[in-house]
Amino acid sequence: MIPERWLTFAVLVGLLAVALGALVMDRPFTITLATRATILALAAVGLNIALGQGGLVSFGHAAFFGIGGYAMGILAHHAQTFTPLELGPLTITGTKSMPVIWLTAVVASALAALLIGLLALRTSGVYFIMITLAFGQMFFYFAISWSAYGGEDGLSIYVRNDFPGLNTLDPIQFFGLCFTLLCLVLLFAGRLMRSPFGLALNAARQAPERVETVGLDPMRLRLLAFVLSGAVTGLAGALFADLNRFVSPAMFSWQLSGELIVLVILGGVARLIGPVVGAIAFVTLEHVLGDVTEFWLIWLGVALLLVVLFARGGIVGLVARRGHG
Amino acid sequence: MSAILIIEQVLNGLQFGVMLFLMAAGLTLIFGVMGLINLAHGSLYMIGAFAAAAVAGATGSFLLALAAAMAAAAAAGALVELTVIRRLYAADHLDQVLATFALILIFSEGTRWIFGSFPLYLDVPAALSGPVTLPGGIDYPRYRLALIGAGLAVAVGLWALTQHTRIGIRIRAGENDREMIAALGVDIGRLYTLVFALGAALAGLAGALVGAIQSVQVGMGEPVLILAFVVIVIGGIGSIKGAFIGALLVGLTDTLGGIFLPEFFKLFMEPGAATQTGASLASMAIYILMGLVLIWRPTGLFGARA
Amino acid sequence: MAEPLLATRGLTKSFGAVTASEDVSIDLRPGEIHAVIGPNGAGKSTLIRQICGGLTPDRGTVTLLGRDVTRMGTVDRARAGLGRTFQISSLAMEDSVLENAVLGALGAGGTPWRFWRPALASADLCARAEEALEKVGLADHRHTRCGDLSHGQRRQLEVAVALTLRPKVFVMDEPMAGLGAEGSARMTRFLDGLRAEAPILLVEHDMDAVFALADRISVLVYGRIIATGPQEEIRASRAVREAYLGEAS
Repeated sequence: MIPERWLTFAVLVGLLAVALGALVMDRPFTITLATRATILALAAVGLNIALGQGGLVSFGHAAFFGIGGYAMGILAHHAQTFTPLELGPLTITGTKSMPVIWLTAVVASALAALLIGLLALRTSGVYFIMITLAFGQMFFYFAISWSAYGGEDGLSIYVRNDFPGLNTLDPIQFFGLCFTLLCLVLLFAGRLMRSPFGLALNAARQAPERVETVGLDPMRLRLLAFVLSGAVTGLAGALFADLNRFVSPAMFSWQLSGELIVLVILGGVARLIGPVVGAIAFVTLEHVLGDVTEFWLIWLGVALLLVVLFARGGIVGLVARRGHG
Repeated sequence: MSAILIIEQVLNGLQFGVMLFLMAAGLTLIFGVMGLINLAHGSLYMIGAFAAAAVAGATGSFLLALAAAMAAAAAAGALVELTVIRRLYAADHLDQVLATFALILIFSEGTRWIFGSFPLYLDVPAALSGPVTLPGGIDYPRYRLALIGAGLAVAVGLWALTQHTRIGIRIRAGENDREMIAALGVDIGRLYTLVFALGAALAGLAGALVGAIQSVQVGMGEPVLILAFVVIVIGGIGSIKGAFIGALLVGLTDTLGGIFLPEFFKLFMEPGAATQTGASLASMAIYILMGLVLIWRPTGLFGARA
Repeated sequence: MAEPLLATRGLTKSFGAVTASEDVSIDLRPGEIHAVIGPNGAGKSTLIRQICGGLTPDRGTVTLLGRDVTRMGTVDRARAGLGRTFQISSLAMEDSVLENAVLGALGAGGTPWRFWRPALASADLCARAEEALEKVGLADHRHTRCGDLSHGQRRQLEVAVALTLRPKVFVMDEPMAGLGAEGSARMTRFLDGLRAEAPILLVEHDMDAVFALADRISVLVYGRIIATGPQEEIRASRAVREAYLGEAS
């Protein structure tokens, strides 16, 4: 068993090494796979703030992923068609600037998380699961019905958005951008876990009545965790849209919400690096098994069943002991 | 907008509602008795539809197809209960969600493996095809009217089962106190398998009945499953009565919202924008309804108060 | 006579046909330990929940430090100075002893709305937590995972978390539950000294502890207080003997 901190470091170095190795061997597709894993990892790290630390089983995180995606899609669409975006009295021009898009994605998904959280957190347990699932589906149908932005067909963005000083069309540069964001968010999530807020949030998951009797409101802790969680997943959505240069209602689908939970559990819930390991494993499986059989999801299902029934703690739980301090 | 159109849409809403009830009743029963959230309930709906389409294709008999749908779904439900689900009763909800999500993957991809990705079609039986003329001169599809009747019949049957039979008494006792009824010598394992199979059969029936007016394809179950969740959140977990009222509310809201909201916006918007806004809002109407119920009563209309 | 720090007046709560509390009036005065005893099902838990928040009475009031807190939630009552321990230890089992104590310090003096610096790097929070752990004798176990503590140690930690709040009033739900003879004796000595800091409303089954500690005793039977008074009075009361002690012996 190795300490968790070393594992975190090793996994990130490994991910970076794969991308750099692919660059040297001139295999851009592998870089794209590594980017995909990085972005999914970011989304799952976001979910894990709510799920792992807060104990909130959100089956609707695709909502935030999709909102992040559509924030990118809508802004870039207006920029590429040179049409202003009219929001009542407000007129905004579109933009191709990644920082602006990211900020929009984060704010929009945080707001959505606040609204959904205010409603869903009035309940707990199974109700919470069903309600987040339902609200995720609401966004899915809304996106389908919203023909101004492509409806069911989605929106294509012709050229990847810009980041000052970088050529984002170069796979390795775009990977570097996503990877940096993942590292920053992991740093933030790691600090969060040990901060006063994280301590209280984790206690609210384990012993909510205790948290109340020391004068802290578990509901407010959970609400903020849900908002932070949604914001990070929203950021990942914006990157995912930029990776594919395409957004569609599929980003809101319940399957995606389920897959995000699977990433977290497969890697190891409540571990900092768990979701990253889960995302890497998922993308690898998808790629390797997807080559062998069209029906690889069956095997994912079987693997997941085995993990749930026999190996709680996920991959990280098998190889690393839990770090304290 | 004519009265005929309104009545037609109300009937459509009722038809949609009673089919949702068949799904929601099983889910809420399983949750009430075993405390289990079953995401794979949509797969059982799909299994019912596929079994019906296969048997109808082979024999031409719609009744046989319905029987096959219920039998196949019940068998799949019992099998899953015996192998996987019963290990999950004591587990937390996250484990239940994950394991049943895994079951969806297995069932969906397995079905795609066997039947392929193309949709199958199940024909409305000849005796029920064509319209029927209702009082007031409204032509309405005979089959959809039959669906409403079938749904109501199942609702009455379920009510009678839970209120007036020995097995129903045991089910209700199981909701309240599982140790007690185990102590009284009821085989709780068999009771659970039975309840699960019953819920599965209802889902399979719904899948077959709806399969005749929509196409039968992989992934057909989950959208219905999620709507059934909305129904349960509105009605209150564990309450069959709540599931019934909730299902009708959701069915009517969804159907009528799609018709009336665009018309409503046309009163003060230009037609194109009104249609767009109305359609978008209609797609969210049932979730807004759910949100309002949550603000008013977080445990649903008929749920146990916290 | 000193003004009571905690008082209930005419608390009544029914669940359907069952009346769990009926016209319950109890006082807790400065410096005293007031024990509430009663047979199983007498309504002790219901009473505690009405006093600590989490259950609103049908009728009657709860007053804490002169303020009417009947409609207040658990969180606000804790902030108003109510320290509570649970019958079944309610602790963050995955976290260390120190982290559990720091949680109390967060609620009392600190704020949970800080996101960057580790909680355990805060000298203020840790000092407050360590002080409480020292008092209950758990300082040596500060880095032990709470789930690895013995049952008795968890009971001590339970009290330590309440101590970090520096409450004005303690409400303790069976702090002796599950402790052996030696553990009970130690806890009894500890609570004996604690009354100088804040009075304790002690709901307890362990009669040795009750008679060793209580300045006054109230006897709760079927949701009603049938007697309140000093130990001798309660021991002598015929009603109490019939309803409670008679059964017990």
